[in-house]
Amino acid sequence: MSEGTSTATAAGTFPLTSRRRRRLWGRVAVPYALIAPVVITIALILGYPLYYLVRLSLQQYGLFELIRHKGIGVGLANYRSVLHDQIFWHTLVRTIVFTAANVVLTMVLGLLVALLLVRVSRPVRLLLSSSLVLVWSMPVVVAVQVWYWMTNFENGVVNYVLTQLHLGSFEQHDWYASTFSQLSMVTLLIVWGALPFVAITLYAALAQVPNDLLEAASVDGAGAWMKFRDITLPILRPILLILTSLSIIWDFGVFTQPYLLIGQSKVTPGNFLMSIYLFEEGYFKSDYGRGAAISLLMLAIVGVLSIVYVRRMVRIGVET
Amino acid sequence: MKSRRLGWDALGIAVFVVMVFPVFWMISTAFKPNDQIVSLTPTWLPLHPTLDHFTDAIHRPYFWTDVKNSLIIVCVTVALSIALAFLAAIALARFGFAGRKLFVVLVIGIQMLPQAGLIIPLYVVLARYHQVNTLTGVILTYMTFVLPFSVWTLRGFLLGIPKELEEAAMVDGSTRVGVFLKILLPLMGPGLVATSVFAFITTWNEYIFARILLNDQSKQTVTVWLSYFYGTSRHTDWGALMAASTLTAVPVVVFFLLVQRRIAFGLTQGAVRG
Repeated sequence: MSEGTSTATAAGTFPLTSRRRRRLWGRVAVPYALIAPVVITIALILGYPLYYLVRLSLQQYGLFELIRHKGIGVGLANYRSVLHDQIFWHTLVRTIVFTAANVVLTMVLGLLVALLLVRVSRPVRLLLSSSLVLVWSMPVVVAVQVWYWMTNFENGVVNYVLTQLHLGSFEQHDWYASTFSQLSMVTLLIVWGALPFVAITLYAALAQVPNDLLEAASVDGAGAWMKFRDITLPILRPILLILTSLSIIWDFGVFTQPYLLIGQSKVTPGNFLMSIYLFEEGYFKSDYGRGAAISLLMLAIVGVLSIVYVRRMVRIGVET
Repeated sequence: MKSRRLGWDALGIAVFVVMVFPVFWMISTAFKPNDQIVSLTPTWLPLHPTLDHFTDAIHRPYFWTDVKNSLIIVCVTVALSIALAFLAAIALARFGFAGRKLFVVLVIGIQMLPQAGLIIPLYVVLARYHQVNTLTGVILTYMTFVLPFSVWTLRGFLLGIPKELEEAAMVDGSTRVGVFLKILLPLMGPGLVATSVFAFITTWNEYIFARILLNDQSKQTVTVWLSYFYGTSRHTDWGALMAASTLTAVPVVVFFLLVQRRIAFGLTQGAVRG
């Protein structure tokens, strides 16, 4: 577009008048005019609150201050209080372990399902990919309710099936009795929900693997594992990297699944994940100043985690 | 070779069953009479299917009010976001300008912000301007994450339209606005629809902000309504809960199936080829 206009102008249709100057200025201004609405909206509804977040974190700001619209400056006291809170550190460690388990399971299972999609016959592929899309589209709150119904101890179908399969006696087994069990249920729910996105994206990426290369490797006597390690994996590496970092960011900040599945009444400091800690300490207790400090710590952690993804995507965005 | 293919197929079907079972179980439960639901030996398919649970669910207090709230929030958010995002996407896909990289960083970076981290500042700022417990507050909040996503996805669709078409029209004397109306807009139809539908789904499914910003039961959205569904009595009415879940999921599933192919790679766009 810009090429076309510049030749037209350079051809000298217009003498160097104010009209041409205006046109030139117009060319420079157009993209800024186009992004202005988005930039202004984001500045107002995200930029300002983020600035406010920093201010809040340095204030004592509770319900009283919320009504008065005025906090009391306390310096770094909120940060000190959070960093001296045993619960914060326990929650951080728990969240890291939880995130690692979720990401590894999602990525490994997602990759296996993608590889399986390549190998099955066409009708089975259609069946399997439709089920993936169906699961992908389920609203999280709905998925939580279904999960809760399937795993409830009285008449949940999971206990029935496990007992019928002779995997032990699961009659009246309460899956929400211990922290480990609770978080395992949350993990199953999250992996089930995230698997489709990972599997379908990887399946699409697998189409990039040249078939003749795989065949040539077979002729040369390479086994399945060698072909996967030396041909498929290197081609998938960039997309695996992106999917892994996205999963890390999402799982680290996950809120709805654990909060609703464990149940609002059963969330305790003993099973907090980072978002829930933040929610309970800041919002629920109306200690917004301290909540702001936790938010900023959390944003900083996620910021570091997302560097890989953002850098890669920005490179793609700037190139094209 | 043939038997190996059969083995993969069997595994594929097993994975299919595991993935689809929760959805199947939700629908199946929703149609079952109560005695089959609470029975210790489950019946897989509803024996005497009934619609009672659905009538029960939609007659619960606030169902229709909250559906209406969800629809208002979704429609306004999507319409505003798509209109603004489309302009910005044109700038990204068609112009080079100083600060472009910064804008890309902004668009990508915002999508990575954990929502929980924004609860406190958005709540306090919106409370300050008396926008807590109003649909406006929620719409503004949703725009923060629908906008960047839409800019990025629409940019991808725009890149798929050859520049030459627009250049030819410009040489033929079309104005910029003319090019936009006659060439870009019609060609972007499918992209705009797909992005809108995806924005619709994200907004419809959102839970945390709606839960925090809307306290009044008559102001809540469907997801919040559904999350409170069983909290009232000790004995959960599983049939009605599953019917309500099915009703909440249906619009989303239908829309998603329609556009999934077009939008699947929005978040990883370019990375597959790159």
